[in-house]
Amino acid sequence: MTFRDWYRVDRLPTIYCAGCGNGTVINCALHAVDAMAWKQEETVFVSGIGCSSRAPGYIATDSLHTTHGRALAFATGVKLARPDLHVVIFTGDGDLAAIGGNHFIHACRRNVDMTVICMNNWIYGMTGGQGSPTTPVGALSTTTPYGSAEGVFDISELAVAAGANHVARWTSYHVKELTRAIQTGLETPGFSLIEVLVQCPTGYGRRNRLREVSDMIEFLKTHAMLLSRYRKMVAEGKPVPADIFTVGEFVRRNRPAMGVPP
Amino acid sequence: MTRTEFLQGNVACAEGALAAGCRFFAGYPITPSTEVAEHLALKLPKRKGVFIQMEDEIASMAAVIGASWTGARAMTATSGPGFSLMMEHIGYAAMTETPCVVVNIQRGGPSTGQPTLGAQGDMLQCRFGSHGDYSVIALSPASVQEMFSLTVAAFNLADRFRVPVFLMADEIIGHMRERFAIPDEVEVVPRRPLAKGVLPFAAGPDGVPGFPVFGAGHGVHVTGLTHDERGYPRATSPDLHQELVMRLTHKVESARRDIADYQVVNPGARRVFISYGAPARTVQQVLHDRKDPTVGHLQLRVVWPFPEFALGEFPEAEVFLFPEMNLGQMAREAERHTDVPLVPIPRLGGELHTPAMLGKALEAHP
Repeated sequence: MTFRDWYRVDRLPTIYCAGCGNGTVINCALHAVDAMAWKQEETVFVSGIGCSSRAPGYIATDSLHTTHGRALAFATGVKLARPDLHVVIFTGDGDLAAIGGNHFIHACRRNVDMTVICMNNWIYGMTGGQGSPTTPVGALSTTTPYGSAEGVFDISELAVAAGANHVARWTSYHVKELTRAIQTGLETPGFSLIEVLVQCPTGYGRRNRLREVSDMIEFLKTHAMLLSRYRKMVAEGKPVPADIFTVGEFVRRNRPAMGVPP
Repeated sequence: MTRTEFLQGNVACAEGALAAGCRFFAGYPITPSTEVAEHLALKLPKRKGVFIQMEDEIASMAAVIGASWTGARAMTATSGPGFSLMMEHIGYAAMTETPCVVVNIQRGGPSTGQPTLGAQGDMLQCRFGSHGDYSVIALSPASVQEMFSLTVAAFNLADRFRVPVFLMADEIIGHMRERFAIPDEVEVVPRRPLAKGVLPFAAGPDGVPGFPVFGAGHGVHVTGLTHDERGYPRATSPDLHQELVMRLTHKVESARRDIADYQVVNPGARRVFISYGAPARTVQQVLHDRKDPTVGHLQLRVVWPFPEFALGEFPEAEVFLFPEMNLGQMAREAERHTDVPLVPIPRLGGELHTPAMLGKALEAHP
């Protein structure tokens, strides 16, 4: 088998816009799943609502496309009732951090054995580009026409604080690192969160001076700072540029977990 | 050997769930339903079942649906405020045809209302509370024994019709202690599995598709979006949407006679009480005291789909009297099915109608 065999080919092409980063993330996820040598009949993909959450519909396994923000609660039911099934969730910044914020922190706290891939594009894409809990301060969206005035959630730090066993952040540019991080998540018992910063040229880029797809990918490439480097700079008291974001592995630990197969 | 117990209704409900083979319970504490969860927290782990207390009722209902797709008989229990939160996923369960049982031990509303006192104010919410058109099944127990037996029935109906089934009890029945019998075995009607070569959402002659359990290689895609027989989203086809929603509604409504469960007392009566849940007890007392063949009683155990044909069991009826612990929610439904005058007898505040109150209603209609 290759990663291609995991696609539900009769549903392709996807609904994603030209230049969207979500397809890259699905590719990386399926490469990682394939590397685990899991069987399709033992794997369940779950999602909420939004662009990212359409992903399970393109994968040839049992899949549950649920309600906005609640994927983790559905997945908890699947995993606890059948711990022998592998459960992977696709979600986004609005789905996970806004309407699903409470389910998110409690799933981390319970440390339920599942892998969550969050496509963070700083925007509500499906509804046409509204501000989300990760929209950067000052960024334009249809609901922040004068620039977002709200602070942002750091989704990965939130997962670490809430108790997840494994947390990593990469971008749609870092396909190798991302694939490896997802595979680590799949291997780690307990709750794993892989946050992926993805370009949304349609909903975000064109309103925020990143008009071309390549502009957004260039942004992801040039503004990503390795967590280890960031921590070293902070420890040494060196000034850290304000517009960078950290990438890398935030935590890998072995807290007691729920739903781990015997 | 049948075992006899003297326990409260909520515990009888939990025992009914166990007898029916419930393997998964997710819930959130709320008065006056909490004993259902507490009893299952105690018992389920010892029977290879799963009990989990979720972060809220939205999540509880979600976990129940997730568990149900793995084939488990799954249930939650709540009361008014939690029931309101569950509406989102009750609609999801209806759309995705996920069997599940929701117990509502009703208390006084709206809002936080009267947490410790009984009511029947959620009878229309359980039928119409989520957005869009769909159909569900609702049962209403009037005794501790019925808390047990109707919980078992709820699981069988949920699996047969693949809909959310509600046990619409109330605080009075939930907290009342009575003697009841637990049989060694109860009738369990399992889900019909998806046959080989059949599309996952292609309905059988009864309007219900076979169940493609997760983990069996069906590769089924389940979505709350309007979907075709493959389960694939097709949200912009007017014909497909109409066909799907008509089927979801029709599969229950067309089986109304089959689903119906009611008791008729004095079918020749001129004056007939209709009741369900706790008020049935007052009516029983009135009939017992009066021993008057001109007074009849229709006790509904299945409330939705409403068995309008049951009104015809009383051909001599000159008036229907309908005591409810709400402002006439089911009376309105009954009224639209009969030309016989129908008098709602509403009672709010948490206390049951007294026999004297119902006696007064009889005297007003001699």
